[in-house]
Amino acid sequence: MVRQVTVNGSRHEIDLPDDVPLLWVLRDALGLTGTKYGCGVAACGACTVHIDGQAVRSCQVALADVWGPVTTIEGLGQPGALHALQQAWIDHQVAQCGYCQSGQIMQAADLLAVNPVPSDAEIDAAMAGNLCRCGTYPRIRAAVHAAARAVQEG
Amino acid sequence: MPHWGKIARRSFLIGATAVAGGVAFGVWQYRRDLPNPLEPGEDEVALNPWVIIDQKGVTLIAARAEMGQGVYTTLPALLAEELDVAWDQIRVIHGPAAQAYYNAGLMSHALPTTDYDRTAWQEMMVEAMSILPKMIGLQVTGGSTSTLDAYDKLRQAGATAREVLKQAAAQRLGVAAGALETRDGRVIAPGGVELSYQDLAEDAARITPPRNLELRPAAQWKYLGRAMPRLDMLDKVTGAAQFGIDVRLPGMMFATVRMNPHLGGAMNGFDASAALAMPGVERVIDLGNGIAVVATNTWLAMRAAEAVEIDWGAAPYPATSAAMLDVIRAALDDPPNSTLRDDGDIASATSPDDTVIEAQYSVPWLAHATMEPMSAAAHHTGERLEIWTGSQAPGFAEEAAAKAVGLDPEQVRCHVTYLGGGFGRRGESDFVVLAARIAAALQGTPVQVTWSREEDMRHDFYRPAAVARMKGILRDGRAVGLDGQVAAPSVTRQSMARMTGNPPPGPDKGHVEGMFNQPYAIPNYRVRGHLADLDVPIGFWRSVGNSFNGFFMESFIDEMAIAAGRDPLAFRLELAEAEHAPSAGVLRAVAEMSGWDAPRAPGTAMGVAMTHSFHTPTAVVIEVALRDGAIALTRAWMACDVGTALDPAIIEAQMVGGLVYGLSAAMMEEISFENGAVVQGNFTDYDALRQHQMPTVAVRILETSGHIGGVGEPGTPPAAPALANAVFAMTGQRIRDLPLNTHLRFVG
Ligand code: FES
Ligand code: FES
Repeated sequence: MVRQVTVNGSRHEIDLPDDVPLLWVLRDALGLTGTKYGCGVAACGACTVHIDGQAVRSCQVALADVWGPVTTIEGLGQPGALHALQQAWIDHQVAQCGYCQSGQIMQAADLLAVNPVPSDAEIDAAMAGNLCRCGTYPRIRAAVHAAARAVQEG
Repeated sequence: MPHWGKIARRSFLIGATAVAGGVAFGVWQYRRDLPNPLEPGEDEVALNPWVIIDQKGVTLIAARAEMGQGVYTTLPALLAEELDVAWDQIRVIHGPAAQAYYNAGLMSHALPTTDYDRTAWQEMMVEAMSILPKMIGLQVTGGSTSTLDAYDKLRQAGATAREVLKQAAAQRLGVAAGALETRDGRVIAPGGVELSYQDLAEDAARITPPRNLELRPAAQWKYLGRAMPRLDMLDKVTGAAQFGIDVRLPGMMFATVRMNPHLGGAMNGFDASAALAMPGVERVIDLGNGIAVVATNTWLAMRAAEAVEIDWGAAPYPATSAAMLDVIRAALDDPPNSTLRDDGDIASATSPDDTVIEAQYSVPWLAHATMEPMSAAAHHTGERLEIWTGSQAPGFAEEAAAKAVGLDPEQVRCHVTYLGGGFGRRGESDFVVLAARIAAALQGTPVQVTWSREEDMRHDFYRPAAVARMKGILRDGRAVGLDGQVAAPSVTRQSMARMTGNPPPGPDKGHVEGMFNQPYAIPNYRVRGHLADLDVPIGFWRSVGNSFNGFFMESFIDEMAIAAGRDPLAFRLELAEAEHAPSAGVLRAVAEMSGWDAPRAPGTAMGVAMTHSFHTPTAVVIEVALRDGAIALTRAWMACDVGTALDPAIIEAQMVGGLVYGLSAAMMEEISFENGAVVQGNFTDYDALRQHQMPTVAVRILETSGHIGGVGEPGTPPAAPALANAVFAMTGQRIRDLPLNTHLRFVG
């Protein structure tokens, strides 16, 4: 049946089976390819988006179960109006291949929303589900701290 | 023999040729071996253009194997240093756009022909597979002995262009060229007359370029040696960066493949009726040794692919990894393929009072597990085939795709997207060929072909399992003898056979690198390589042979130090000091950084390792701690000597990335076979180091070696032995078989 989802503030009619994961709705039906497929089994975090402001693995949420408005990396911030995390990611030159980074940033955004000044251990705990095969972890950690500071300082 | 000394640079000539509206500068390439390379005949050379100055301004042509972000930063910086234009004003084109400037002669030169000796071929493959082409494009296997050095080449091209432009201006203005200056893309004459490069470009094409200009010293550099902002960053933090998996075209279908998990086996038959009845499924395509499902959505295609009933043929190799390991172990007793180092006389080196130790090691098969699974988009229109993918070797991919669908290579175009990790995997063409075949079956309809993670992990070109047998002779606390034997299937032979149809004869250097060529002054030092015959698909994996030999060698050097009653770092330093100063330098650096000689922090231990690979000696110290019986990696220090650091921030990132890749494999990665198929299928059973397991890392970059060294790979080989040595220091347990987590527990 046709279902409606709201993604980055726009409403879409989706004509796909109910069990298609949100990840593949975003990528293939809506062409929002910033959200990545890495494992399909909640083991890598590459597909992380927000539903109702909360980080979820979009590979695990069926179309029929999307319970609120969805924000993807494209909706988090855009050139000219970057989210503090995106700016910190640029300042710290975090990305290597870049494939995992949408998920990393969306996960970190959830962390900062609930814990505006996280410690190293809190960053580790929040980010443990996000794999980076390129090994950008130290810069990710530094960038999360920098974004937290930037938000605090307004 | 060891080759960490000075690297001789072949001389090369910068030439110029007229192009529409301007002039192109580049390197003359010889079409064949010439009796006198300095005076080639008219038709014997082709210009390989690097720089074009025309009415559009300055354009840099990037070589095809050097795609990626570095293309947009470091390469323009090299040119800008000499040409006196702002680096961000230089337009960079590569891939298909650049192809227009390549003549056919040059392309055939770049293909595997007999004019390449095996070593050159290996170097080229290593370059093609390297993680770095997508990261920086230049400092890859930078100081390559067998190819012209891009680092000098581009600066020479810039200097040549600058001088030619000055001469063109001198002629037009009637002044001496020596009186002219260059700045910001203009030639400036006394009295303030200024001529833009564009304006002079056509005149410049008529001037014979000067040769062998003096290049500016590093002290005068404006861009090189500094951390430059990477221009791909914005795209990568906003989700705009397009990877192969992200290509979307109007009317596109979504497909996935399911190939025989018994690698190399046939398909006896299949029944797709259940799959074809599933929602969104359009077609099931017979690929001979597997199937493709085409659907309206990737996930629907993946689910339907699982529903196809398939009768698979058997694999041409033993059914289990245990049986494979027996084959590899047995090869140690076969006559060696190589004895690339045989210093002194190991057979008669032992005296009665010597301490002699022996040990055997093994490492498992490994997958690349790039973050982006294999993927490619393709559109076959009948006359043309367009492909979009993150290939590390697009030229080979085009050739292979053309052959697979019966087109000429000129009818096939491979557009290179961002790569979601390569590590050597994307130098292969299998995923491109499958996409091409599916697109041919769907003629007229563009298709995105995405592999599931499971398909990716179970259809890799694996890092081979390998074993070593090591013997060390110690006298009065010093190493007097080292005898190493390595056995594994040969990556070089298999890769080359795959690409050219002919496995190369002779000694396989890649097989023993990281063991035979280490900068240690051991008077009796022999290394033999043995090739095991196994038909498992294998390929280049970050740092190639160094990835296993680094572990064997540096674990055993540690054992020798302990047996000699010596400090492991001081023991290495003594051996390196007598052989290669830069290698000693990186050891000294990590000793200082880590406080190696100070008492250890309570409850911690450290391990050290050093590997000289890709012309960059790299030392690592890792600190571990015991937490509730589990090992935690707390801190790490790395030092590398890259000769000249073109971009320190990129080097640091690559070193850390190499370390993480090596640590992940050492701690927890293993591909095993059961019933002829790979067991592991996802990050649930083939995991990698994660944020909470990551030690802090400090990197020091040294610049004494005298040549440009690689940075993408040298961080990987010392990772595993440094950690295993730290574990030994902590627990007294010497682990000789990877991965480490089959013997102990890590915090996780
Ligand atoms: S793709 Fe969803 S967690 Fe990996
Ligand atoms: S940047 Fe490549 S996987 Fe994280």
